Amino acid sequence: MREKILSIIEKNSRIDIKELAIRLDVPEIDIANELKSLEEEGVICGYHTMIDWEKTSIEKVSALIEVRVTPQRGQGFDTIAERIYKYPEVTSVYLISGGYDLLISLEGKSLKEVSAFVSDKLSTLESVLSTATHFILKKYKDHGTILTKKYTDERMKVTP
Amino acid sequence: MRDPLSRQIKEIKPSGIRKFFDIVSEMEDAISLGVGEPDFDTPWHIRDEGIYSLEKGRTFYTSNAGLKELKMEICNYLKRSQGLDYDFNKQVIVTVGGSEAIDIGLRAMLDPGDEVLIPQPSYVSYEPCAILAGGVPVIIDLKNENEFRLTAKELEDAITEKTKVLILPFPNNPTGAIMEKKDLEAIAEVIIRHDLFVISDEIYGELTYKGEHVSIATLPGMIERTILINGFSKAYAMTGWRLGYACGPKNIIEQMLKIHQFAIMCAPTTSQYAAVEALKNGDEDVKQMREAYNQRRRYLMHAFKEMGLPCFEPYGAFYVFPCIKEFGMTSDEFASRFLEEEKVAVVPGTAFGDSGEGFLRISYAYSLEDLKVSIGRLGDFVAKLRKEQAGR
Repeated sequence: MREKILSIIEKNSRIDIKELAIRLDVPEIDIANELKSLEEEGVICGYHTMIDWEKTSIEKVSALIEVRVTPQRGQGFDTIAERIYKYPEVTSVYLISGGYDLLISLEGKSLKEVSAFVSDKLSTLESVLSTATHFILKKYKDHGTILTKKYTDERMKVTP
Repeated sequence: MRDPLSRQIKEIKPSGIRKFFDIVSEMEDAISLGVGEPDFDTPWHIRDEGIYSLEKGRTFYTSNAGLKELKMEICNYLKRSQGLDYDFNKQVIVTVGGSEAIDIGLRAMLDPGDEVLIPQPSYVSYEPCAILAGGVPVIIDLKNENEFRLTAKELEDAITEKTKVLILPFPNNPTGAIMEKKDLEAIAEVIIRHDLFVISDEIYGELTYKGEHVSIATLPGMIERTILINGFSKAYAMTGWRLGYACGPKNIIEQMLKIHQFAIMCAPTTSQYAAVEALKNGDEDVKQMREAYNQRRRYLMHAFKEMGLPCFEPYGAFYVFPCIKEFGMTSDEFASRFLEEEKVAVVPGTAFGDSGEGFLRISYAYSLEDLKVSIGRLGDFVAKLRKEQAGR
């Protein structure tokens, strides 16, 4: 049940308990309890809304930044990651394998603002060796959802 | 000028669905619950194999019976899903959809006057195919109180000296009915006693929601008298690829292959390459789609319960078959009014045989978001009809 609940609410966090109960053929109370424990265990960490800011009049710029850092004795990458994720403009921080160490995604109001963050705040951190900033030009697909195309049903309307 | 048409073809009625299709296609704003194919796209890795085969220039005929690799994968699949043993070389034929397999199966087995038992409501092509093959269709009317399963008694009552073939369409379109192992055992005894053959159309076999589908070919004494038909359309959402297959006794498959070879040559090559990928790596896709269908099915059953519309719980395919007898209208009248007044298309049960009278086929091959809208309108319509009835 856990896996099924998660796969449904990952796509639609607004779904109500009643509908979950019907779709999974499980009593509502069990669904409510399961959701509660998923939240308590930190499996469910939040309920977000996917917004395509492009379609609004609000200006937003997002960027991905590759960061190479010097790990610290006894703490590895944790301290520096923590240092970075505390900035509110940082939306995600991943430790990754490959040619660099951390991948950061960032949201700002303008190119200038993002650049300023990188040059003034990020690059000046002591353990940061180098950064490479990639501005996102267009989002095609995000969190499994295609943003650039609307689904159209191309089937014939009535078939045997 | 002489009449260019054969008497036989003129006698065959056009599909009852056609009329509805024509009306709906004129209505721009109509939404539909009327399709008989999955709403999912073919999984990308399967499409990718099709594309790759084209890039590599695999654009020639395959052997008549189909690609060796595909036939082997079909046998592997039937072995792992049903425990059935077929010789890929002599007992499998890859066809243009399950539909072709039905046609050539009947043509290979029937002599003029042979009777073919067709349980209805069921898919629209069995009856005309039986007639075109020279057979005489004998309809068995399935009943709501049996959840539209075929019972041994119904079968027994329909058998005459001329009966040769039984068509077994389960999981069923349009009712969503399934035949469980115990149901199959009951009819297998009758089939063997009367020395009949079975064309088992299992195209919806991957889409069951109460245990796994059981093929009648798995029962003792049945594999030697069964043509098992399946395909890729429903399980892998590959309707447009036109690919199915038939497995059965060597002597029947050999003759089916003769017809196939002269009429068709071979099934589409691109589709065959894609289908190999589907059977090799598509289990997870099928599982996910089945789960999605099942959630929608439960949603619909719940919605019917809330609006007080009687409907037996169907455990297969992607259709529900609610009963609308309380409104004193024919299925056709109900569907026409529903379309006119609420702009939702459903298919009258009668499109699948007379015994579908009083029922509607509602497809849940739609996203839940779409289903909520159209089922909401069904609820409104039903409430309106009840008010009308009360006022009378």
